Amino acid sequence: MGGLRSQASQGNYPIPAGTRDILPEEMRELRQLSSALLETFQRFGYGEVSTPTMEYEDVLVQGDERAAGASYRLFDEHGQVLALRSDMTIPIARLAATRFADAEPPLRFCYLSHAYRAVRPQRGQQREFLQAGIELIGADAPDGTVEVLEVLTAALDAGGLPRARVGLGHAGMFTALLQEMGVPPADGRPVLEALSRHDLVELEQRVAALGLDERRRRTLATLPQLRGGAEVIERAIEVGGDDVRAPISRLAEVSGRLGERGIAERVIFDLGLVRDLGYYTGAIFEVYDPALGHVIGGGGRYDGLLARFGHPLPACGFALYVERMHVAQAEEDRARAEGRT
Amino acid sequence: MSEPLRLAVSRGALFGETLDLLERIGVDTAVLRSDSRSLMFPGGEVTVVTMRPGDVPTYVEAGAVDLGITGKDVLMEQHERVVYELLDLGYGRCRMVVATRAGSRFADDLERRLGAVRIATKYPRVAARWFEQSGRQAEVIEVKGSVELAPLSGLADGIVDLTATGRTLEENDLEVREVIAECTARLVANRVAHKMRHDAIDRIVKRIGNGAA
Repeated sequence: MGGLRSQASQGNYPIPAGTRDILPEEMRELRQLSSALLETFQRFGYGEVSTPTMEYEDVLVQGDERAAGASYRLFDEHGQVLALRSDMTIPIARLAATRFADAEPPLRFCYLSHAYRAVRPQRGQQREFLQAGIELIGADAPDGTVEVLEVLTAALDAGGLPRARVGLGHAGMFTALLQEMGVPPADGRPVLEALSRHDLVELEQRVAALGLDERRRRTLATLPQLRGGAEVIERAIEVGGDDVRAPISRLAEVSGRLGERGIAERVIFDLGLVRDLGYYTGAIFEVYDPALGHVIGGGGRYDGLLARFGHPLPACGFALYVERMHVAQAEEDRARAEGRT
Repeated sequence: MSEPLRLAVSRGALFGETLDLLERIGVDTAVLRSDSRSLMFPGGEVTVVTMRPGDVPTYVEAGAVDLGITGKDVLMEQHERVVYELLDLGYGRCRMVVATRAGSRFADDLERRLGAVRIATKYPRVAARWFEQSGRQAEVIEVKGSVELAPLSGLADGIVDLTATGRTLEENDLEVREVIAECTARLVANRVAHKMRHDAIDRIVKRIGNGAA
């Protein structure tokens, strides 16, 4: 900061909490990053689409009971409830189901769009934020998942983040595991809640209260801590035996294909990974860069979502938070300058 | 991996036992024990960063440090912060309780007559959640200093606070009415570091697990 600012220059015309102005120097870099991402998506055959910033709340709720966390609502001139979209996945599912109902799958869409959530504003995370991402509709696991991961790692490279990694887990794995062990859903719920809060201490306590045998108890307590390369899958089967084999088989399929595409070392298998949106059904992703303490993107499979719009097709996608990627770029530059990489 | 893990340690009630723990897992704590002015203590495998207990979740969530040690009470109060809670370290054991003036049905009467009790606390969010969950109305008053003063002076009808031995409560003529939680020191990790540096973190966790038991 260059010197003290006078009271007058700050003005008294505030903008809403969690929003901000962007000035030319930053805007130029953001534009460059956005273009690099879009070009990558298009190179893989994904066509850019745009949807309204506002949707009918009913339509978002059709996709997810909690409207995917949409937080800002208003009434239109007819008294209908509109909501600012909280991500692009449901709007694009709606678009695919209505505008491409007769098209031959798979469908490949990409976007660069603002979305809105009532988050606690912090570094690189505002209430209005820019997302760049893709949706691959009509391609099943594991091939579709692997394609999406391939585009994702290419996008991270194009965005100047070669050290970034993708955490890969499976949305239903823990639920399936509890079921496999014969735990009634009501008893399993506190375990899943502890898992989604990343509270491994409470998870272990909750698991202990289930009255399972020693090995199963150890499996449930150990599995969420397993993360790393493909060896994690072996390790999970070692720990959990037959209980684990079926729930983990989908991840094992993906694992085999990643090597063929040369992206195995960009992926961290994470058996404790959970995401808070309800529509995920299979593989789930989180994106990390070592220079930044926050997640810079996420995604996964949502094979049930299109069916909720009357067009049953499997689907998979991701969204990168463009502003956070930009912060990560700056942090990577700083780390390089300080000789820390 | 070359860079040492950064570990945030609370200066406060947990500090002494945390240093003992670090020593057991092979971290040299001589400088930490003798130097009370520095804030960062570089080491080969672990760089220790000292701070107030309530700041630990902030630093860990932002990734300014990879790991942190702080009380469960702090984590409960700041439960919206996204950190991975990895280990119960077992020490610093105390209870988060609701306490009122000893022997009286004071608070119950007030709740019945006025519809709400006034609760003084350093943990406003824990207190509000506790009363809300149990279907009661409370007016939560945040105080910074000695909470025991609030019911004595008439600021509040009861308190929500941590107690280890119960002696301070007793000395101030307060008695425990409800236990909200058992609190101990916890090891927490940043969400990104937990994945990107899983080998280094697991090594530390394993060593603590072996040594802390």
